Amino acid sequence: MAQWLSDWLTLSPQWEWVAYLTVALLQAVILLALVMTAVALATWAERKVAGRIQDRLGPTRVGGRFGWLQPLADGLKLFTKEDLIPANADAVLFRLAPYLSFAPVFGVFMALPFSDGWVAHHFNTAAFFILAVLGLEVFGIILGGYASGSKWSLLGGMREAAQVVSYEVPLAFSAMLPILLAGTMDLVAIGEAQRGWFWNWFVFHDPFTFVAFWIYVICAVAGTNRAPFDLAEAESELVAGFHTEYSGFRWSVFYMGEYAAMAAVCGLGVVLFLGGWNGPIPVAEWLFGPASSTSPIVNFLSQLLGAVNFIIKCIIGVVFMISLRWTLPRPRIDQVMSMCWKYCFPLAALAFLGATLWVLMLPDGLLGQGHPKASTCEQSVMVTVERIETP
Amino acid sequence: MTGPDGMAILFWLFAIVTCGGALVVVLSRHIVRAAVGLILSLFGVAMLFLLAGAEFVGAMQLMIYVGGTVVLLAFGVMLTARRPLLPLSTTRDQWLAAVLLACPLTVILVQAALSYAPTDSVSAQVDAHSGVSTPVGMLPVTPARLGMALLGFSQDNHRPDGGEVSHGDSGYLLPFELISVHLLVVLIGAAYLARREVPSGMTPRDNQGQLQ
Amino acid sequence: MFSPITPAHYLFVGIVLFVTGMICLLTKRNIIAILIGVELILNAANINFIAFSSPVLFPKRVPPLVLDGQIFVLFVMILAAAEAAVALAIALHFYSRFGTVDVDQGDELKG
Repeated sequence: MAQWLSDWLTLSPQWEWVAYLTVALLQAVILLALVMTAVALATWAERKVAGRIQDRLGPTRVGGRFGWLQPLADGLKLFTKEDLIPANADAVLFRLAPYLSFAPVFGVFMALPFSDGWVAHHFNTAAFFILAVLGLEVFGIILGGYASGSKWSLLGGMREAAQVVSYEVPLAFSAMLPILLAGTMDLVAIGEAQRGWFWNWFVFHDPFTFVAFWIYVICAVAGTNRAPFDLAEAESELVAGFHTEYSGFRWSVFYMGEYAAMAAVCGLGVVLFLGGWNGPIPVAEWLFGPASSTSPIVNFLSQLLGAVNFIIKCIIGVVFMISLRWTLPRPRIDQVMSMCWKYCFPLAALAFLGATLWVLMLPDGLLGQGHPKASTCEQSVMVTVERIETP
Repeated sequence: MTGPDGMAILFWLFAIVTCGGALVVVLSRHIVRAAVGLILSLFGVAMLFLLAGAEFVGAMQLMIYVGGTVVLLAFGVMLTARRPLLPLSTTRDQWLAAVLLACPLTVILVQAALSYAPTDSVSAQVDAHSGVSTPVGMLPVTPARLGMALLGFSQDNHRPDGGEVSHGDSGYLLPFELISVHLLVVLIGAAYLARREVPSGMTPRDNQGQLQ
Repeated sequence: MFSPITPAHYLFVGIVLFVTGMICLLTKRNIIAILIGVELILNAANINFIAFSSPVLFPKRVPPLVLDGQIFVLFVMILAAAEAAVALAIALHFYSRFGTVDVDQGDELKG
C-alpha cells in the first residue's frame, strides 16, 4: 500500500518515507475509528441492557425509537463538562493517566484478527502479545489513583493493582490451552485450527478446555475491571475509586478504555475458544470452497462472512458481560482475591494439566476422528528432533 | 515491517521513546514520575525488540517488565510513601560523582560502538568451520524453537550440512531448571521477608486479632 | 532519506540506557529509585543481546538460526523480576524498621 501511494504520487526514493508515514497514520485512524464505533455501540448496549434488566426502556428519545444517538449525546455532554484538576494532584501524571490506560487497549486491536486474512499486523506470537498488552492497561488506572492526591483514589488504585496482577495468572493459564492444542501462538493459525462444525471449536475440544473457557470468562471480566469485579471503583465504599477526581473528557477516556478492553478480551476469547471467524455450521466452505483456489471477489466475500461471524460472537460476549454487571452483586476485595488464588488459579492449572494428558492419551479425540491442527510448528519440532536423533 | 524506510521510521520513533523515558527517570524529582519514565523506556525497548525480529521476547518484555515488574514497583512506592508525591532529595556531591563517572563511561562505550563494524563477520568464521559457502537467509525465531531450545533441543547449533552435534550444543535444559528452582526460592524468600513483623511470644493469629 | 538500521544503532540506544541507569543509581537515594536504575542497566544489556542475535539486522548470517541472544534475554528478564520481588520485600522491611526508604538512613552497621 505504501509502495502504491509512493508510485501514485511519483515520489523520489528519498521521500518514500512520507508515503510510509501517511499510510501508517491512515491505518491507525481507521483502527481508531473502528474501536470508537465499538465503544459507542457498547455504551448504548449497556444502557439498553441495564434498562431491560431493571424493567425500564433505557434511552428512547435521542435519535429515533431506540435511542441510537445516545452515545453521541453522552459524548457531547462529557466534552462540555468542566475539567477539574484537584489542588493536591500531580498535574502532569493526572493528565497522562487516562491516555496511558486507553492506549494499550487500542494496541490490542493491532494484533487481533477479524478474519483469516484481515489482521492489521500478523504477529507470530499474537496471543501472547495481546495478553501482555492487555496487562498494561492497569498502570494507567494505578497512576490515576495515585496522582489524584485523594485517599479514595489511592485505595482504588491499589486494589486495581492487586486484582489485575493476580487475575493475569489464571487468565494466561487458561489462554494457554488453545495455544497448546493448536501448537502455535499465532491467532490466525489458532482460528484456522477450529475450522468446520462447531464441535471443532476449542471450547468443546475436551472437558478441560470447557472448564478453562469459563475460567477465562471470569478472569477476563475481572481483568477488565468490570462489575462484579469493579472493586477499584466500588461506589458503595470508595465514592468512585480511582476516578473519583476525574471529570469531563478525561473521565470519558477511562471509560472508553474500559469498553474497548471488553471488546478486546471478547475478541481474544472468541478466537481462542469459540472458533474465531468460523461459523457454527461451515456455510462458508460449502459456498466458497477451500480458500486458496478462488478469485479475489469470492475470497473477499468469504473474509467478509468470517468478519461478520467474528463480530457477532464478540457482540454476544459483550452483551453477556454487560448483563453480568447488572445481575450480580459485588463481592468484597478479600473474596475477590481468594477467588483468584484459591479457586481460579488451581482450577486453571489442573485444566492445563488435564488438557496436556488428554492430547497425549487421545491425540485423535474421543471419537478417533482427528482434529485439524496447525502443522507448521509441529513440523519444525519434528525436524528438530530428527536432526538431533540422526547421527 | 514495511521496507527499510518504514523500519527506520519506527526505529527512530521508539529509540526516542526509550531514551526520553530514560531521561525522565534520571531528571524527575518524584519517584512516581520516574516510574512512568521507566514504563515509557521499557515499552520502547519492547518495541525495538519486535522491530529486531524478536517477537516472543518483545511480548515477554511487555508482560514481565512493563506489566509485572513496574506494577510491583508502583505498589512498592505506594506502600512506602509517607505522604503522596514525596520529592526525591539529591545532593550536589552525588550529581558531581555521577557526572564524573558517567562521562568517561560514555566515551568508552561510544568508542566501542563506533569501532564495531556492522558486517556479518560471524559468518566468515563459521564458514571456515563447516565448509558451507552459500549464505542462507536467517530463520525467524519462533516461540516453538525457543521452547525446544529451553528443553534441550537447540536447533541453532546444528551445522547446515547435518554435521555431528558435540557436547554442550544441546540447548539450555540445565539453566532452565536452575532458574525454575531459583524462582521458587525467590518466591519463598520474598514472602518470608515481606511478612508482617510478629513480636516475640505471640503467634501470628494473636497479632492479627490485636490489629483488628 | 534514512540510512538503514544497523546493530550499531541498537548499541547507541543501549549506551543511553546504561549511562542513565548508572546516573540514576548514583544520584537517587530512594531504594525504589535505585531499583529503577538497575532495571535500566539490565535493559541496556538486553538490547545488545537482541541486536546481535537479530534475524532482521543480520539477514545473511550463516548459522541461520541464533537463539542464544534471545534465550539470554529471557533469563535476564526472569532474574530481574525475581530481583525486583526480593528487593521490594527488603524495601518494605526497611521501611517498617527505619520508617523511611532512604538508604542513607540505614547505617546501623557503621563502625
